[in-house]
Amino acid sequence: MKRHWQKIITLTLAIAMILSLAACGGSTATTAAPAATTTAAAAGGGETSAAAAGFDWKQQDGSKLRVMFNQHPYAEAIIQKIPDFTALTGIEVEYSLTPEENYFDKVTTALNSKSGDPDIFMTGAYQVWEYAPAGYVEDLSTYINDAGKTSPDYDFADFYPGIVGSLQWDLVAGHKTGSGPQWALPLGFEMYSLAYNKSVFADLGLTPPKTMEELKALLPKLKEFNGPGSYALAIRGSRNWATIHPGYMTTFASYGAQDFVVEGNKLVSKVNSPESVAMTDEWVQMIKDGGAPSWSSYTWYQAGADLGAGKAAMLYDADCNGYFQNVEGASQEAGDIAWVPAPLPEGKSDIFSNMWTWAIAMNSSSKNKDAAWMFMQYFTSKEYTQWASVNAKVVDPARKSVFESADFQAVLDKAEGFAATFDAQIANTGIQFTPQPHFFETTTEWAATLQDIVGGKYKSTQEAMDALKKKMDEIVSDVEVG
Amino acid sequence: MAKSKPVAAEVTQDNSLYNKKPWLTRARPYLIIAPSLLITIGILVPFVSAIFYSLTNYSFRSPNWKFIGLDNWINALTSPEYWHAIWVTIQYAAATTISEMLLGLGIAILLSRETRFTKILRVVLIFPLMIAPVIATLIWQLMTNNSVGIIEKFLNLFNIYNFTWSSSPKTALFTAALIDFWVYAPFVIVLILAGIQSLPKSPFEASRIDGGSAWFTFKNLTLPMLKPFLYIALIFRLMAAMQEFAIIFALTKGGPGDTLMNLSVTAYNTGFAFMKFGKSLPYILTLWLIINIISKRLVANWQKVMKQASGNS
Repeated sequence: MKRHWQKIITLTLAIAMILSLAACGGSTATTAAPAATTTAAAAGGGETSAAAAGFDWKQQDGSKLRVMFNQHPYAEAIIQKIPDFTALTGIEVEYSLTPEENYFDKVTTALNSKSGDPDIFMTGAYQVWEYAPAGYVEDLSTYINDAGKTSPDYDFADFYPGIVGSLQWDLVAGHKTGSGPQWALPLGFEMYSLAYNKSVFADLGLTPPKTMEELKALLPKLKEFNGPGSYALAIRGSRNWATIHPGYMTTFASYGAQDFVVEGNKLVSKVNSPESVAMTDEWVQMIKDGGAPSWSSYTWYQAGADLGAGKAAMLYDADCNGYFQNVEGASQEAGDIAWVPAPLPEGKSDIFSNMWTWAIAMNSSSKNKDAAWMFMQYFTSKEYTQWASVNAKVVDPARKSVFESADFQAVLDKAEGFAATFDAQIANTGIQFTPQPHFFETTTEWAATLQDIVGGKYKSTQEAMDALKKKMDEIVSDVEVG
Repeated sequence: MAKSKPVAAEVTQDNSLYNKKPWLTRARPYLIIAPSLLITIGILVPFVSAIFYSLTNYSFRSPNWKFIGLDNWINALTSPEYWHAIWVTIQYAAATTISEMLLGLGIAILLSRETRFTKILRVVLIFPLMIAPVIATLIWQLMTNNSVGIIEKFLNLFNIYNFTWSSSPKTALFTAALIDFWVYAPFVIVLILAGIQSLPKSPFEASRIDGGSAWFTFKNLTLPMLKPFLYIALIFRLMAAMQEFAIIFALTKGGPGDTLMNLSVTAYNTGFAFMKFGKSLPYILTLWLIINIISKRLVANWQKVMKQASGNS
């Protein structure tokens, strides 16, 4: 008797489900969907109901977002504009601002908890190589392609391909960036070039170097150029991945050296190749001949500050590092700083600048993904980027239309050689590292080895790079390619 | 057999009396031990978790992990980095603890004299203890900065330029130990000073009347009676110096090269910077083991010297 009733209930439910499905199908068939909505649905856009009505900035009105920022001028620019964003969208934003030293530890722990807090966080391309394979970040491609969720004037094609491409990756270790899902969107970026003190160069009758040979020849001439304690060239040297990625990696790539190659299904380090050893040898000699005496403690801040204080005659680092020192009132040497492209190695004709991009990414555990996307598109839009570049300190905007705008060019006119250097290097600027999930460990070991070579621990650079190769191979031994 | 029944009846009667007591009276023994039980659990849970996770490949990079037995331990024990980290930990602890104990004792004796100057100094000396070690390290980085540092400027007066401080493997340990001394020596000084001031006056007066020299008095009276205080200072400083993280990390992040990579910094780098949490735990547990063995030995000796100092040995 009991079984009989179960059968009747099951049958009734099944009929009800079939009827409701049929009703849904009928409804879809009778709705004349615009082409954009069909594309969005095909792209798997998820909540596409808003698409039928077109894009509306108010579609997430009443939502609340939590955002984690690194303490940086780019974050400060966003924070200034949050009230405007809230007025436009009705979305409330809570944020935290953390110094860079602890920022990524905090982000990693938050993402690992899978609590959905924060909804959005600031990141860089290298961090994506750790976060994306772990499933911590949301693929943004579906949102970008969804006309119901993305403003029609967003113009994704306006981003410099190399910059926005650095935040795309197919999750296969060893595969270059530039293809695969879009894991984050750029706020701004930096490339690596040579900034110099034009007054010092003029006083001493020197011309800025075009090649590594010319740079090396300048080092003794600029020794103590401004009295005891002053020196020729400021570069980073702390025991940190950030020592490797600016000038060192740019010169390394321009020499034709590679960090890893794929052999079989494994990554194999090539840091002990002849090009790599020759380049590292020159780099170390350069530090010894013209670097800061306490080079191994130098981070972005010290390197830039020494150029601004007139203690260093040149700075081989991020273009914006020197730029911040050149802003009126920012440093003693403000207004005296100029830029030239990174020096070319012997026999080479192209500079392959490495790059760093500050970007924003969405937590895959966020419970407010559509509202988070509103935030992301607003703060990477043309309008916001234009405002931030002209009125805040977003020096290297990731959008072509902004960089080429008359207003921004007028800002850059105050920085001699900045725009010309940008134009000369942008074509070959990109991520010069091989994407792999142990990036921070391998590059920190690399920086430690560089410190050891300068400190005289090894008999030769070859010996040091052989030891580094061994360590790097061991670190990536668990990475399977493909 | 016949006697057993009345006993059982008595017990039942007692229990019924007990059950009639207010619940607060019955719960009192448990309430008394509850805080210590909670603290013990608070200590044991992370400790046992650390042992457990050291047997896994747990990583912040992936929410999925598996049990890998002793792999993390074997990898650590067979890696040169592990033994190097232990060696750096010992070097740093020895350099800082010895200098702080010796100079701390000397300064405490000098400050034990009652003058207006020493009274002011006793107050001023506490200041470094009020500053977080990370902040103290940043202050020292500024003071030793080759461009603007006040200490650097002072050295310039003696024609010394661009002293390498923390940037050279030859001077990095010295610089870190110097900052450690600045931050923690006041703790040792205050502790020993309190000990000196609590010593009985009569043995010192007797020594003075008998014409005992200053060295004789120090060696035979001050030092033996101060031993319990010295031991306390030694236990606290040695344990903290072996665990030191803040000063080293803020100063050089363990560099130059691997010069200052002690157990704490190596564990942090492995666990957080490189996200290999399971792999980092053998470093931390080794540190715990070393500190446990040393501090147990020191506490046992402290009890002995307490007896000696009180004349009960």
